[in-house]
Amino acid sequence: MSTALFHACIGILLCTMGLFAFIVHRHLLRRLLAFNVMGSGCFLLLVGLAQDGRGPDPVPQALVLTGIVVAVASTALALVIFRRWYRVSGEGQLPEDV
Amino acid sequence: MTVQPATANLLAWLVMLPLAAAVLTMLLPLRLRAAASLVLLAPMTLLALMLGAALATHGPFVLALGGWATPLGIALQADGPAVGMTLLTVAISVPCAIHAAAYLRGHAEAEYFWALFWFLWASLNTIWMSTDIFNLYVGIELLGLAAVGLVALRGDAEALAAAMRYLLAALLGSLAYLIGVALLYGGHGSLSLAHLAQTDHAQATTAVALAAMSLGLALKTALFPLHAWLPPAHGGALTPVSALLSALVIKASFFIMLRLWFALAPPGLSTAATLLGLLGAFAVFWGGWKALRQSRLKHLVAYSTVAQIGYLFLFFPLAIGTGEAAARLAWDGTMLMLISHALAKAAMFLAAGNLILAIGSPRIADLAGIGRYRQFSLLSFGIAGVGIMGLPPSGGFGAKWLLMQSALAGGGWLWVAVLIGGGLLSAAYVFKVFRHAFIEGPKRDRFEDPPAALEITALVLALVSLMIGLAAHGPLTWLRLGTPFGVSE
Amino acid sequence: MSRLRLAAAATAALGFALALALAVIERPAAVLNLPALVEAEIAGAGALHPITAVLLDFRSFDTLLEVGVLLLAVIVAYALREAQPDGPDRMGLDTPLLRAVISLLLPLMLLVGAYVLWAGATRPGGAFQAGAILAASGLALRLAGLRVGGLDRAWRVHALLALGLAVFVAAAVLPALAGHAMLDHPATLAKTIVIVVEIALTVSIALGLLALFRLAPPQVDGPVFEDRRSKPRGGA
Repeated sequence: MSTALFHACIGILLCTMGLFAFIVHRHLLRRLLAFNVMGSGCFLLLVGLAQDGRGPDPVPQALVLTGIVVAVASTALALVIFRRWYRVSGEGQLPEDV
Repeated sequence: MTVQPATANLLAWLVMLPLAAAVLTMLLPLRLRAAASLVLLAPMTLLALMLGAALATHGPFVLALGGWATPLGIALQADGPAVGMTLLTVAISVPCAIHAAAYLRGHAEAEYFWALFWFLWASLNTIWMSTDIFNLYVGIELLGLAAVGLVALRGDAEALAAAMRYLLAALLGSLAYLIGVALLYGGHGSLSLAHLAQTDHAQATTAVALAAMSLGLALKTALFPLHAWLPPAHGGALTPVSALLSALVIKASFFIMLRLWFALAPPGLSTAATLLGLLGAFAVFWGGWKALRQSRLKHLVAYSTVAQIGYLFLFFPLAIGTGEAAARLAWDGTMLMLISHALAKAAMFLAAGNLILAIGSPRIADLAGIGRYRQFSLLSFGIAGVGIMGLPPSGGFGAKWLLMQSALAGGGWLWVAVLIGGGLLSAAYVFKVFRHAFIEGPKRDRFEDPPAALEITALVLALVSLMIGLAAHGPLTWLRLGTPFGVSE
Repeated sequence: MSRLRLAAAATAALGFALALALAVIERPAAVLNLPALVEAEIAGAGALHPITAVLLDFRSFDTLLEVGVLLLAVIVAYALREAQPDGPDRMGLDTPLLRAVISLLLPLMLLVGAYVLWAGATRPGGAFQAGAILAASGLALRLAGLRVGGLDRAWRVHALLALGLAVFVAAAVLPALAGHAMLDHPATLAKTIVIVVEIALTVSIALGLLALFRLAPPQVDGPVFEDRRSKPRGGA
């Protein structure tokens, strides 16, 4: 197994763990962490799979850089909304009745 | 087809101008933001019309951004669906912007609404035109965050909870999509839809990628049973925001799904298509039933969106594996459904918002007596309701007629039953509003008077949604340009 | 946590993992060799480093939208502050030790930030990495209770936040005005344009990240119960 393929496999593992945690947990911080774990797994998969047996490829690396900025912005926005929500409701999770 | 750079650049102008407008409306003094936005609606409309004219004269064309041809660079394309959706976006956004300028006057939410509005428009145009699967990912992220921001704008606990729920759904959906991108690039070495369409998709890689992407996009489109985030977000947002979200935003992820299903055709596609159709059928009935059970007017309209999304997904079983004639009818019907739902639902949300302003309460039960005093607000709601129910001569009727013909041509009797049953349910919830509106209550004879701009924008949208059914033939021929369905009859 | 939810999550995760594994095992040998294409065309691009060339030339439209995403997140954060004003800012820890350490580290951090930006042209580095380092130095300043002079006016901050996207859009539009495709810079100007865009991006990214940190309200006194309307109500 090449290093790149190993990265891709770890990526799948991270994605799976993230998905499991995202579904199981209700607390918003845990769900955001799960989302970020999943995101990292996804980036690893993107870079690893593309470079397996083909050598370095700048395109997926650039895509991952773009993806990281997008993920950072989304996570930061989610945290801002979460803290505003916590401030008005005192709850760490969303109401379940909808 | 090669065209002059100036013509091809029209595509990119339709993204750059709204981005520049977003920066401008963020920096201008508060009192000028709405005015500047209203002024900028004119060049946006003009650009979209010029793009339409260019497509009519030259046929489909592409713009290689940065002068780098695909697969190295990113290309925007002007084909029938892309240009049609760009024009639809203008038709919805212009009335919604005029409505918002009146609706938000003097409200704190107006301060940042306009920047978000322009970001939303830029991302929608990107999604209609882009041919690059990673560029589409950035586009849906921009769209998702703009939409979440617009939902959160009211800032109270209910809006924040709705925005948070929406954001989680949007983020999970984008990740599922991105996993598909990783698999496709890993397997085929390209991000360009045109290149991916020419490669062999016999391996499981494409099937898994398409499944992950479809799942993510279905979550973003709020297909049953992934729809739980939609009613609080669309029902709880500011009225012009609800209209934009229901009319355009959910259509964007559906549109990407259409593009992907055309370009990638792994084996076993028709089973997956039937599954999507069944979920759509459930959506029609579940959404309709829940709409009927709502006590708040805008939540009723939001659940109606859940139901109407179901019709869009009937496209997949009607068009895949059924033969050429049935597929073309399904395409025409789905495009007309998409357009007429966008117009009618935007009109319905604006009208519902006006009724809520008039009665000063979000509850349907409080509409009692309004039929006597505010016929004008009720008229827009009613005309939009004609489109939602699918009665002639509305676009909704034409769309259901085409879909039904497609189902008959392909022998799908189940889908015929869904179309008829869904129509009856939508009639039930639209008439529920009217039943309450015409109750002669002795309690109340004074209602607020919404500003004329609010009433007129709702009425204009409602009338357009009605008329589109009469003039659908031309646009539908156009919308087939550059698609596998061709232009001939 | 209900047993049902646990079972559903386990099933979903397992199915997901198996499908992905299948996709990886069965993947075809790629038809297209994009890295070779990048190498062939890099001489005409605005940067020598392949990743920077992909980010700021071949796929600059992605990067343009990505800058939009970051600015958008900041705008939403500002909008929420308007809807729900904050109390007094009590983020700073006013201890002499922290101040002393930061006054030593800050010049170094700024230097590293500038170097990473400059390095982006030829080796790993670039606007986002530099912006993140600058944001971290700004954060250190705030934690020490120090404020950057001149950034107390909202419109100045807004202008610097928007600078990156504004410069990028301007750079995209200029070739179109000269009759070329959008974002198609003439080879002689490409390097200059990439550098100008990168500098503007660094400033906006640094301030944007800092603003996102600052606009999540601190919880010094625990939650403020201003609005109880969100409590679960019966029915939907």
